[in-house]
Amino acid sequence: FLGAGGGNDIQWCFSQVKGAVDDDVAEADIISTVEFNHSGELLATGDKGGRVVIFQQEQENKTQSHSRGEYNVYSTFQSHEPEFDYLKSLEIEEKINKIRWLPQKNAAQFLLSTNDKTIKLWKISERDKRPEGYNLKEEDGRYRDPTTVTTLRVPVFRPMDLMVEASPRRIFANAHTYHINSISINSDYETYLSADDLRINLWHLEITDRSFNIVDIKPANMEELTEVITAAEFHPNSCSTFVYSSSKGTIRLCDMRASALCDRHSKLFEEPEDPSNRSFFSEIISSISDVKFSHSGRYMMTRDYLSVKIWDLNMENRPVETYQVHEYLRSKLCSLYENDCIFDKFECCWNGLDIVMTGSYNNFFRMFDRNTKRDVTLEASRENNKPRTVLKPRKVCASGKRKKDEISVDSLDFNKKILHTAWHPKENIIAVATTNNLYIFQDKMN
Amino acid sequence: QDTQEKEKTLPPERAEEAKLKAKYPNLGQKPGGSDFLMKRLQKGQKYFDSGDYNMAKAKMKNKQLPSAGSDKNLVTGDHIPTPQDLPQRKSSLVTSKLAG
Repeated sequence: FLGAGGGNDIQWCFSQVKGAVDDDVAEADIISTVEFNHSGELLATGDKGGRVVIFQQEQENKTQSHSRGEYNVYSTFQSHEPEFDYLKSLEIEEKINKIRWLPQKNAAQFLLSTNDKTIKLWKISERDKRPEGYNLKEEDGRYRDPTTVTTLRVPVFRPMDLMVEASPRRIFANAHTYHINSISINSDYETYLSADDLRINLWHLEITDRSFNIVDIKPANMEELTEVITAAEFHPNSCSTFVYSSSKGTIRLCDMRASALCDRHSKLFEEPEDPSNRSFFSEIISSISDVKFSHSGRYMMTRDYLSVKIWDLNMENRPVETYQVHEYLRSKLCSLYENDCIFDKFECCWNGLDIVMTGSYNNFFRMFDRNTKRDVTLEASRENNKPRTVLKPRKVCASGKRKKDEISVDSLDFNKKILHTAWHPKENIIAVATTNNLYIFQDKMN
Repeated sequence: QDTQEKEKTLPPERAEEAKLKAKYPNLGQKPGGSDFLMKRLQKGQKYFDSGDYNMAKAKMKNKQLPSAGSDKNLVTGDHIPTPQDLPQRKSSLVTSKLAG
């Protein structure tokens, strides 16, 4: 495996950890999404309690050249609240499924956040000055008696302590019968898609009372339902192209220029299965939990239960690379089915080009270098939290004699899952979410 | 000799499948992923609904009374809610500990 040191290998060091130390995790604190903005200056998290916390990287300190700026809390707000579907007597969870940032156009920052049913556009703006010297109001806001006003003055702006305000600018509701799993902003920066289990809708960021359905895989008879949509993403450069993945392990690429309803794919990516290997678990573990384009848009990465696959958009019949995340779990599928872990939805992310990262159990996360074909397993743990100390690679012993410092499969803690990770768009800084803590790691700078 | 070898060592996935079938013999009687998919589409805390209750009771006249929790696939009208199905109360909303 990828050892410490050697050539261009990145050496990861602990930088920060956010969140409560205690083991007793409140449901609301479970982190459900992590996303850097386009510059990497801001890092947003969403949780099961419907809250968004945004961290901002502080300006680089000239005296502390050995580390990049730390991330500190910038803004926090309640994005979604629990709701009730009266027709079906079902509760609508406030859990934030995804956050996606818009590219910055002016002083304010905008992000889309979504729960199962409703997408919201939030504006995050700074206020560092306020007007003082009104004619009709006192400084504390009380209105002055107009008869006491004898002279006029011009109010002026005076500096004040920085206040960061979040306000909902658009609410995109009532367009999804099923649960939203993805949102993706188009490269035209005007439209975005939202995908639920059976349908994908196209929205304009300015228009909330209408959305266009562009994919509908609901069968006329629900008894015939065989697959659901698990993730969707717009191509990073081609504004009419998007992909969606399914619970059967396929990815469909669609072109909106071909027809208004993209039920017929332009490309279908599917790896042929060896029928002799088929088992009860085959379909479940082939379900794709995440799909992400590379920055160039030439490749896309998919995550299924046991592996990460890289696909070349020019080749539909098989992935160009497959990386095993935790193959040792294949002989534990029975118990993983019983404890529902087999349905865990792991995400994956790129550094943009040649390194991919994804989470696993026991608070382990994995990185694969596409060039060197080497991989590493690291752990997000408070025990390793000395800044600038390089993280020690971990190793799981699948069978046989366990070496020193290895951990056996049966000792893995399946409640400690890393489902969400994010990579800074420009630097080697990564954000890794454990159940209720956010870890930030960066590469060792000399 | 080849078939003998194959019978001896099942690939790990098939061995796990055998284990599961031994524990739950009735599993997989219904076609394919249907069960999982319907369960997935239905995700969410279900509350008592008097409309559901009365519709389910009306249907019961024709069928046998199902045990609680068996027919969770159907959206409305077919599931008689029981006290076990009633949810816990939600905790109040406070600031995230990540911001603490």
